[in-house]
Order: sequence, then structure tokens, then C-alpha cells
Amino acid sequence: MSTILNVTNLTKKFGRLTAVNELSFTIEKGNVYGILGPNGSGKSTTLGMILNVVNPTSGTFSWFDGTQNTHQALKRVGAIIERPNFYPYMTAAENLRLVCRIKEVPQSKIEEKLELVDLLDRKNDTFKTYSLGMKQRLAIASALLNDPEILILDEPTNGLDPQGIAQVRGIIKKIAAQGTTILLASHLLDEVEKVCSHVLVLQKGKRIYFGKVTALTTDHGYFELNSTDVTALQNILEKHNDIDKIEILDSYILAYPNKTISAAELSKSLSEQGIIITHFAQKHKSLEEQFLSLTKNQQL
Amino acid sequence: MKRLFWIEFDKLRANRSSRILVGAYFILLTSIALIAAIKFNIGFIKFHLAEQGIFNFPYVWHFNAFIGALFKIFLAVVIVSMTANEYSNKTIKQNLIDGLSKREFLHSKWIMILTFAGISTLFIFVVSLILGSMYSNYTEIGIIFKDLEYLLAYFLKLVAFFAFCLFLGTAIKRSAFALGFLGVWQMFEGICFGLLKWKSPSWIDADQVFRLFPLNAMSNLVPEPFTRLSAVRNLAEQVGEVMQNNTVVRFWDIIIVLIWSYIFYLLTYRLLMRRDL
Repeated sequence: MSTILNVTNLTKKFGRLTAVNELSFTIEKGNVYGILGPNGSGKSTTLGMILNVVNPTSGTFSWFDGTQNTHQALKRVGAIIERPNFYPYMTAAENLRLVCRIKEVPQSKIEEKLELVDLLDRKNDTFKTYSLGMKQRLAIASALLNDPEILILDEPTNGLDPQGIAQVRGIIKKIAAQGTTILLASHLLDEVEKVCSHVLVLQKGKRIYFGKVTALTTDHGYFELNSTDVTALQNILEKHNDIDKIEILDSYILAYPNKTISAAELSKSLSEQGIIITHFAQKHKSLEEQFLSLTKNQQL
Repeated sequence: MKRLFWIEFDKLRANRSSRILVGAYFILLTSIALIAAIKFNIGFIKFHLAEQGIFNFPYVWHFNAFIGALFKIFLAVVIVSMTANEYSNKTIKQNLIDGLSKREFLHSKWIMILTFAGISTLFIFVVSLILGSMYSNYTEIGIIFKDLEYLLAYFLKLVAFFAFCLFLGTAIKRSAFALGFLGVWQMFEGICFGLLKWKSPSWIDADQVFRLFPLNAMSNLVPEPFTRLSAVRNLAEQVGEVMQNNTVVRFWDIIIVLIWSYIFYLLTYRLLMRRDL
């Protein structure tokens, strides 16, 4: 697998504040990466540095194995940072033509990409007449003009209405399905969970996790139970060989197994001991819960 | 180079206010020709300005270069607002993300400056040539193309002025404030000169120090042409005044203005490189 981006000990200080702290990670071709972190954790600053608009305080990064300097490499990248930035007095087609000139790609792609984001019928309207959702879609069209080897998105659904969010997500999924590498920064966890294969978790500019999403979310899961006789259920679960610990949450008992056991196995063994189950659910921790426990651990 | 020109040209031609200002500028430059139409008939005195020698070769180069430079503020407004808008629309950020380097961004703006100055100089050349051939008393080739250094000075004066504007637009990021600052700077130079004249020790020649100031250096480059007119000279002699104003393009003024242009280029470049977007 070829390396698209290599980041080593990247640091950015704004006065006394360290926005990004000794950050290192590698982006491989073909994966979809998410950068997770609360507001102010350094996501946008990190993207700003690799995109040549923020000067790093120290550390290095190299695109495509360092074979090209940053601004040449960026012609092979598609990126949308925060708000869409275009010339308000230019039409969509004129704005895209300018991007073609900058990226040195033929202007023949303009129509195709406008079609992809469903803006073809508005191509001769000036940018300032667009709604936020349309602006965001134009930004995506612009980022795709060069058929980029990696697409970088910073909070692409920020400020959009539910319909707009669904549209943008649909486009991202379509692009990911074509095998384009994606780097997506977001503080919306379900967004990352839905589209990303790998995740980089940041807190206060520091990396606290980098790896596969599945490795973060897959554990043995847990069971959510209730019974007509709660005390008996509790006693049996506490003595059960496969159950590590139990917790009581609201009116349910949460049982955490110490190995992967199937729901059938557990319910069979419970009914053999005469427990009447009224509620039974096997669950996995969501990325959100994992994320919260990760960031909590770091604070201690 | 061609790519950078087209990038900047695309930005410019799509902007309606810039188109209007540039259009107005060239119409005004052409309007120099209207001076030719100034005629008075007061009783027996018939006064026709064009007949007073202002369009005589080679004087016409000097006269038109001086008058034409008065309109440069129109293009300055375009340059300042095109630059400041890159910041307020954050399009400079998008340009860089799309793969334009900061140096390329600066060079595309400089290409605009040089193109504006170049076209304007060419325009003055053509307008002067036409006016001269219509009204000049001398039409020998050697005289027609004498004193063309005024056009070179005109070109350098515009370049330096626009470079200053580009720097201000980049530094201040708001067109109105940048243009305001230009006005304040002009006053600042005036006050400095006043102070120098008034308070500086005797070993400092206030006029020589003042020559180094950027806006003053630009204005020295094409000195006022009026005292060269025989009509004006005669008038001055009658009231007992001896004219000693400089009216030629001086080598050192060219050097000073070139240095300032380079300083503005470097300052803008440094600012772009250092600033986070």
C-alpha cells in the first residue's frame, strides 16, 4: 500500500497555547480516515498545516513520500476546510474554471462534477445566491475537479439542515466507494463511525488513539437484561463463569462478558437456572462511548 | 507565468466594480485629449490651450505623463480591493489549498500590477502621439521621440505606487482602511518634511532626506511640467520670479523608486509567508 501523507511530530503553538502537540500519523492509500476530537482539539489546525495555510511551529510532514513540494502535491489533493470559500461575484462555473487553472487540470471536468453534486442547472448563477447546502456541494465539486488521490474534509456537514447533511453524506459515501482515500475531520461521532475505516482521536492537540475504527469499537460487547426476579438474576450473573462484572443502569442489569459469548448461550444457561427473562439485548459500545471513555482516561 | 496571468485575469474580469473602475480609468486617460478643446474667446483675446505648446513634441510626453498619473488612484482602488477581498472572502486560503503557492499568489498580483502599469503607459504613449501629431509645431522624428524617459518614469511611478497599494491591501486586509492609510501616509510624509525643515540640525539637508520618502520619491519621478511652458515662464519673469524647479527625470529618483518597489515586494512576501490563514 502506498503512503499518501506522513506526519512526524507536527506541533503548532499560538502564543502560550499548544494547539497541536507532537502529532504523528500516516495516511495510506485506499482507507477512509476520521479525525475525532472535541472543538478546539486541533483538528482544523492539523489540516491547516498539511494544507499549507498554517505554518507549523516544529515537526514535518510530507506528501506522496516527499516526492513533491507541498503546493505541487496539493494539486493532487481535494480539500474543503470549514466554510466554502469562493468568489461571491463569480458563477459556479467561473469559480470552478479558476480552480482548474490553479490545479492545472482541463476544464472539461466542470460539467461532470457539477452534475455529481446536482448543481448543473445552477452553474451560471453567482456563488452569493447559493444556499449554504449548495455552497457546500459546490465545494465538494471543486475538490473533486482533479479526481484527487485524497479528499480532505473538515466538518463537511457543519451548519447544514438534515436534508443537506444527508446529501453531503451520500456524496462522501459515493466517493469512498470509488476507492478514493478520505480524511474527514469531525466532532460528530456517528458521522465518523458511519464512513470511516480508521480513526485518529485528538485531545488538546495530542494523539490519544490512532488505528482502525473496528479495533476501537469491537470488544466482547455487553448484555442488557431484565427479569421478573431481579435479585435472582443478579446473583446468578455474578456467579456466572463467563461474566466479568455487572452494572445496574436504570431498571436494567448490564452484564459484561470476559470473552465473546453468543446471546443464545447466555439465555440458555439462564433459563436452565429458572430465570424468566423479560428483556434481553446484546450490545456493543458505540464509538461515542469509546470516545468518551478514551478522553476520560486521558484526563486522569 | 501565463497561468498566473489568467488566474488573476479571471478574478478581475468577473468583478463588476473592478471592470467599471478600470473602464472609467481609461476613459479618463483619454479625456486628456479634451484639454485640446479648451478655448476662450474674450473680446479680442482668443485663447486656445492646445495652441499654447502643451502638445508640442517632446513636451507632450512630459505633460501627459504628469496629468495621466493623477488618475492612478482608480487602479489603486482596484488593486487594494482585489487584494483585501481575497482575505475577507478567504479565497486566498482556498487558492493555497487548491495548490497555488504563496509565492505564486504574490506573483499573480504583481503580474496584475505590471500589466496595469504597462497598458497605462502604452495608452499614454498612443494618446500623446495622436495629440502631438495633431497639434505639435515640430514633427521631425528626432524630436518626436525625444524625452521618452518621462514615459519610463511614468511606468515606474505606477509600479511603485501599485506595489505600495498591494502591500497595504495585504497588510490591512480591509480596502477602506488600506486606502485611508494611504491618505494618512501622505500626510505623514508632509509632516515629516515640515519637521525636517524646521527642526533638523544644519548638517542634514531636509530636501535630500525627503527625496527618500516613498510617495515623495514617486512624485519626484515625473516632476511638474508647467514651469517648462514658455507662457508660464514669461509670466513668472514679469513678476520677478526665477523658476528653478526641477523638471527632468533624475537618475537617483529612479533608483530610489526601484528600491521602494522591491521593498514593498519583499514586505508583502514576508507577510504572506509568515501569516497563518
